[in-house]
Amino acid sequence: MSESKTHRLKASSRRAGRKHLGTVMIFLFLLVLGVFMVLPIWLMFVNSVKPVNEMFVFPPKWYTLNPTLDNFKDTYRVLGQMWVPFSRYVFNSVLVTLSVTVLQCIFASMAAFVLAKVNFPGNKIINAIIVLALLYNSNVIYLMQYMVMARLRMINTMSALIFPAVSSAMGLYLMRQSMASVPDAMIEAAKVDGANLFTICWRIVIPNQKPALMTMAIFAFQGAWNITGGSVIYDESLKTLPTVIMQAASAGISRQGVTMAAAVILFVPPVLFFILAQSQVMETMAHSGLKE
Amino acid sequence: MPQPAKQPDAIGIKTKTEARRQLLRRIRQNREAYLMLLPFMLLFTVFTIVPVIMSLPVGLTDFDMASFPPKWVGLSNFYNLFLNDSVFIKSIRVTLVFALFTGPLSYFLSFLLAWLINETSKTFKVIFTLIFYAPSMASGVYAVWQLIFSGDTYGIANSLLIDLGITPSPIQWLTDSRYILTVVIIVQLWVSMGAGFLAMRAGFQNIDPALYEAGAVEGIKNRWQELIYITIPGMGPSLMFAAVMQIVAAFTADIVARSLVGFPSTDYAAHTIMTHAYDYGWVRFEMGYASAICTILFVAMYAANKLISRLLGKYTE
Repeated sequence: MSESKTHRLKASSRRAGRKHLGTVMIFLFLLVLGVFMVLPIWLMFVNSVKPVNEMFVFPPKWYTLNPTLDNFKDTYRVLGQMWVPFSRYVFNSVLVTLSVTVLQCIFASMAAFVLAKVNFPGNKIINAIIVLALLYNSNVIYLMQYMVMARLRMINTMSALIFPAVSSAMGLYLMRQSMASVPDAMIEAAKVDGANLFTICWRIVIPNQKPALMTMAIFAFQGAWNITGGSVIYDESLKTLPTVIMQAASAGISRQGVTMAAAVILFVPPVLFFILAQSQVMETMAHSGLKE
Repeated sequence: MPQPAKQPDAIGIKTKTEARRQLLRRIRQNREAYLMLLPFMLLFTVFTIVPVIMSLPVGLTDFDMASFPPKWVGLSNFYNLFLNDSVFIKSIRVTLVFALFTGPLSYFLSFLLAWLINETSKTFKVIFTLIFYAPSMASGVYAVWQLIFSGDTYGIANSLLIDLGITPSPIQWLTDSRYILTVVIIVQLWVSMGAGFLAMRAGFQNIDPALYEAGAVEGIKNRWQELIYITIPGMGPSLMFAAVMQIVAAFTADIVARSLVGFPSTDYAAHTIMTHAYDYGWVRFEMGYASAICTILFVAMYAANKLISRLLGKYTE
């Protein structure tokens, strides 16, 4: 009896041995673990809208019946008092985040394609350097970077925030690993048809790499959004949103609710971008048919 | 290009110039490839390679960023680190405990979760991926953890334990050196479903559904066999990427500890090698010493990376 049941399921999903019970167990497991993961974030949201008089009650509450936007208003008011308008910080952050994300996706995809699929002199050495760079992630490098930027007269310009973030070894490595599995025959066939490398890269390979591309875009967006650039930018009008929000939360009005409100403001944009990018991935997987 | 006069008897020279000419030809043939590589490599050279190369010799100097040129001291930084710096020795221990706990555990957890999520339906894939990845995006969330592990009775962990009668008085989670490392490890695990986890999710999604259908026809009976015979061999690259990310995250962990239990932590209980480098690089501006620490850390990570690639190579080839 159970055999006929599995058989029917197999016919519907065309995947091996899917049992309902297993699926339900997996779902429950993910749900329970997921609740634990979300609790601190839930707490962050709750505390950002908690009125002050509910902050210090015993035992601490996991919810509030009188949500208020006071903490957000306070954050905004403090930022509004600075002599640079709030919108300027938002503009700076959006500019930096979009530039880094777009440039990194374009530059790293092209480089990854060449490194993964073209056999040219120097290929092996560059690949080895990328892996080493992945491991060399350190504080000291920032100081040396500062010295390089000072020499290039980039200090206190937007380019000091954008360009160092564009060339991410991680993004390149991710794309290269993913592109390595593209069949060579596909590229050869395109070459025979007279396509040049640039066309092959953008017309044939990249459209097939959306999961990796979107993953890289998520990392890039998130990294760029959180750039504070404390030491390379000192002009108030060039500062980014995280820089000033953190300043406001820690210095101006040091109150727990405001810290939480600041955390919420910084948390929302990467999450929205994440959802956008992930749903893109799902869509492509449904439509992709370009595999060997 | 003027050709050098050929000498009929010097065969060695001839093959050498021949080889060089062939190399030049190949470089010319691949012009397009170099052009596509150029924008990335230009930025990468200026902002990563050059700073790294600069930092290596700095480890052999006494350099405080102010007095030029830096004073050459040879290997004495390394000598001092291992023989005269007891905090550094302690930080090696903390880093190893930390890396051995969080590294393998979060790698395994990332894989397990990425796999299980892949077994759910389309909408839930997005929702669950978001839930588990969200901690990596919440950069300001350490304030919440401070609230949870706060040392007074308003701390959530404490109020819960007192309520249940497990402890009569609040525990000083963030300042008692017996608990610090445990708390930091818990929070680190919480944020560790990051780059590696997402790459694994992408890896699962990259596998051609037709392979699974073929597998079912060929006699694969359940999810487990499917995982072993189709999925894992198909996602070798993402497994390797996640491993590298996990190594880096485990060995360079520092920010979680510093934002949670402060700097320096009580009895240096959460003082990792990276924290030590931060101390000398950003607090004391002894760049020579800090560079030496980073070089040691780099060598350790390189060794770990070699080891892991060999282990993984067996399964992903």
